[in-house]
Amino acid sequence: MASNEEILSGLAEIVNEETGLAPESVEMDKSFTDDLDIDSISMMTIVVNAEEKFGVRIPDEEVKNLKTVGDAVNFISGAQA
Amino acid sequence: MSITAIKQAPLREHTRLLGVGAYRPEIIVTNDDVCQWIDSSDEWIRQRTGIVTRHRAPRDVSVIDMAEAASREALAAAGIDASQLGAVLVSTVTHPYATPSAAAQLTDRLGATPAPAFDISAACAGYCYGIAQGDALVHAGTAEYVLVVGVEKLSDFIDNSDRTISFLLGDGAGAVVIGPGDTPGIGPSVWGSDGSKHESIRMTRSLTDVRDYALGAVATDTERDEDIDAGRESLWPTMRQDGPTVFRWAVWEMAKVAQRALDEAGVTADDLAVFLPHQANIRIIDEMVKQLKLPEHVHVARDIVDAGNTSAASIPLAMHRTLKEQPELSGKLALQIGFGAGLVFGAQVVILP
Repeated sequence: MASNEEILSGLAEIVNEETGLAPESVEMDKSFTDDLDIDSISMMTIVVNAEEKFGVRIPDEEVKNLKTVGDAVNFISGAQA
Repeated sequence: MSITAIKQAPLREHTRLLGVGAYRPEIIVTNDDVCQWIDSSDEWIRQRTGIVTRHRAPRDVSVIDMAEAASREALAAAGIDASQLGAVLVSTVTHPYATPSAAAQLTDRLGATPAPAFDISAACAGYCYGIAQGDALVHAGTAEYVLVVGVEKLSDFIDNSDRTISFLLGDGAGAVVIGPGDTPGIGPSVWGSDGSKHESIRMTRSLTDVRDYALGAVATDTERDEDIDAGRESLWPTMRQDGPTVFRWAVWEMAKVAQRALDEAGVTADDLAVFLPHQANIRIIDEMVKQLKLPEHVHVARDIVDAGNTSAASIPLAMHRTLKEQPELSGKLALQIGFGAGLVFGAQVVILP
């Protein structure tokens, strides 16, 4: 079970790999689309990689609710519990 | 009382692709053209889809016209006369008649009457569905030579203002002839469907909805009719898709299907010379290449850059172009995989004609 800090840093690595964005720019309150400029297709790649990394399932319909990095961290944390 | 024995058609051990043909219609639609209809840019479209141009057929060129041109080239390449065809299979979702089929008319035009002929509705998996059936017919001794065509005039079913799929789509036709071979030439088909996701790529409405609206009858979907009334949507049915859902399915689920096709053919990615994925989006292609861990030496077809997404036609078009540009790849191993509306999918390892 990963802590929220660990999930955030793992997610930042995944975002970095997909988009080239600096990991430290991936902060809890950042919006994937508005702040990080991540499109819906890249978001799916990030989601699938996050599923693998954290051993959780993130359904398609849930992806639409993950507006901010914090939403994703909280979802993954809840799904791991 | 004994039962009289009947004869069954003798099985043929091996099948192969004998020739490929293509038809690319003359009108070229650029990204700048598309940007007159949707708020976008050439750079955005290239970056997000890989597409630079797509071909579209003029009003007076039909699905059957395009299929005929591709078929004649495939027959000539195979060295087969149309009269030798034992079946004609046409994969299309854009022949504008539910019946009669495009295949029966194509068969007659080619001079292959009375060969059995029928259309296949399997969207972007249609060509691989056709290969699965053509291969089985030749294998089973039901036909000696089978013509398989993938043809689409998607421009008749798009809404230029739609941002989900219309700007990706192009028209075209590709055809192959399948026949007996001395050695194995078509690996086992890995094909299937998942109708639970039928809404992820769809037409905006059914033909009966169009009839009801046009006749002013009670609408089956009030909300959509409001969209038509307000001019936000055309009455004519057009394509839509849920891009992210399709992307996820196309990459991660289809990579597994492609791997199974390799496994069932008894080969590995290292043995391949060519990868012929359905040309849906360059990002799907690139991600699949990554998932399948295809080695550098495998030529990956990226016909989408010039042709857009031509649904059932995309794989034979990509095959035709690959062999035209690199004729030395004839006789080499290729992995082909189609996937799309249904949802449906199909994949085979084949020896290139």
